[in-house]
Amino acid sequence: MEVFLQQLVNGITLGGVYALVALGYTMVYGIIQLINFAHGEIFAAGGYMGVILISWMVAQGYPPFVCLGVALVLAMGYCALLAMAVEKLVYKPLRSSSRLSVLLSALGMSIFLQNGLMLTQGVYDRAYPGEMVRGGFEIGGAMVSYMQIVIVGITVVLLVGLNTLVFKTRVGKAMRATAQDKTMSALVGINASRIISMTFAIGAALACAAGIMVGMYYGSVRYDMGFVLGVKAFSAAVLGGIGNITGAMLGGLIIGMIEVFAAGYISSEYKDVFAFIILIGVLYFMPTGIMGENVDDTRV
Amino acid sequence: MTQQPILELKNVSAAYGRIKAIKDISLKVYPGEVVSIIGANGAGKSTTLMSISCVLPITGGEILYDGVRIDGTAPDLLPARGLCQVPEGRRIFPRLTVEENLDMGAFFRKDKAGILHDMNRVFQLFPILQERRRQHGGTLSGGEQQMLAMGRALMSRPRLLLLDEPSLGLAPLIVQQIFRIIREINESDGVTVVLVEQNANLALQASNRGYVLETGNVIMEDDAQALLANPDIRKAYLGE
Repeated sequence: MEVFLQQLVNGITLGGVYALVALGYTMVYGIIQLINFAHGEIFAAGGYMGVILISWMVAQGYPPFVCLGVALVLAMGYCALLAMAVEKLVYKPLRSSSRLSVLLSALGMSIFLQNGLMLTQGVYDRAYPGEMVRGGFEIGGAMVSYMQIVIVGITVVLLVGLNTLVFKTRVGKAMRATAQDKTMSALVGINASRIISMTFAIGAALACAAGIMVGMYYGSVRYDMGFVLGVKAFSAAVLGGIGNITGAMLGGLIIGMIEVFAAGYISSEYKDVFAFIILIGVLYFMPTGIMGENVDDTRV
Repeated sequence: MTQQPILELKNVSAAYGRIKAIKDISLKVYPGEVVSIIGANGAGKSTTLMSISCVLPITGGEILYDGVRIDGTAPDLLPARGLCQVPEGRRIFPRLTVEENLDMGAFFRKDKAGILHDMNRVFQLFPILQERRRQHGGTLSGGEQQMLAMGRALMSRPRLLLLDEPSLGLAPLIVQQIFRIIREINESDGVTVVLVEQNANLALQASNRGYVLETGNVIMEDDAQALLANPDIRKAYLGE
């Protein structure tokens, strides 16, 4: 029972982070039918930007929450700009080419960004300033650290914020309209390029926040941390039904839970395997995912 | 008529890849008119409308709106200038609600009160839409979708409305209702209408003038009544 509770707490923490990254995959796919393989690298770049900013501010003697808050905002802005630049320079010129060309350039971009991180930040782990949020408490034998509370809190705020943006605001309506019919959205006066750019920016900002939180949670970041996490988040997006925002949130949580419980009850050595098993299983048995919309590209 | 045309096409050509879809099309539409473009499947009617809306880049000629060239501009800038299209197949946003679809029609507008006013106007014209306003667009029937598509276009307060096959696939009663509304927005709101139809009889009866398109060329233009009386037209397009 104690193990169960403990893993439940850990699963929620990790699942929320996966959900944040999964949203970037699913939103970009929803709008331009591209699996943005470079998304994991944006996550890693966010983790690095976070450690750079937080370390500097901690050294200046600012209180931890100020450091975290300011770093989150600045790094999210940085990643949003980075993703918009990638979209403008690499994906946009290929808008009318075959989907395969864009997919391959996304793979190329992933390698480019990862190597860029390696060259500028080095190949070794970079540690987050220790003990930013100390302590924790116990419920029913499960340890909940304040760090976990902070992470889950930030995740919930971001997820609610995104949901409001997409489903309640006019810009959100325009995003959904563009995803559903690009020609028609142009005919009502929506600038598709601007909406696409914004979608990349929003996805990147969420991934960045996830990168910083993973860095704080595990204590360090590494130049290649975007790859495995990216594939897991992608699995989460597919599990939820790619293109579906609620699905991505749900998928992230499920993948996080499964991974944590499998690590706890089966084997922690193989914890990474389960996300891939789910990915293969979903693609094989229910390719549209839990909340999947029809796989339908006649409208594009 | 000596006034300036609201829309003028001068020798416009357009192509899909290497296939020329329309060749040297010239036509004029004057403010307040209803002009129909009739022709068989594949004659280039929809292509003409997509060229006017700047969705399809033209390969030759000029398109003037209010006397100003618009060919080559971005399509999303046109609704704000009063040029709006209801495309073939209606193209409702299937997973937006009726209300959201209408709101997207007014996307470029910021005047909340005006938008609300116009939405109520649309609900007056099409009461069924008000009943269904929280339903997803994709769940509506064909007739309701056509009403929604027209309502969405009206939300932009158009001065020139391009309608592509508004009668396609609809029951005769619904078609009558749609055409009544077309006349109403033309007469009481002063919206100029370009109507593309395979149902030539219906279209010409609702129009002042008509153009006949055949394999990408304008082969005839005349007053609608004259076209309706023309034996060649009657034979080729009115099923006699």
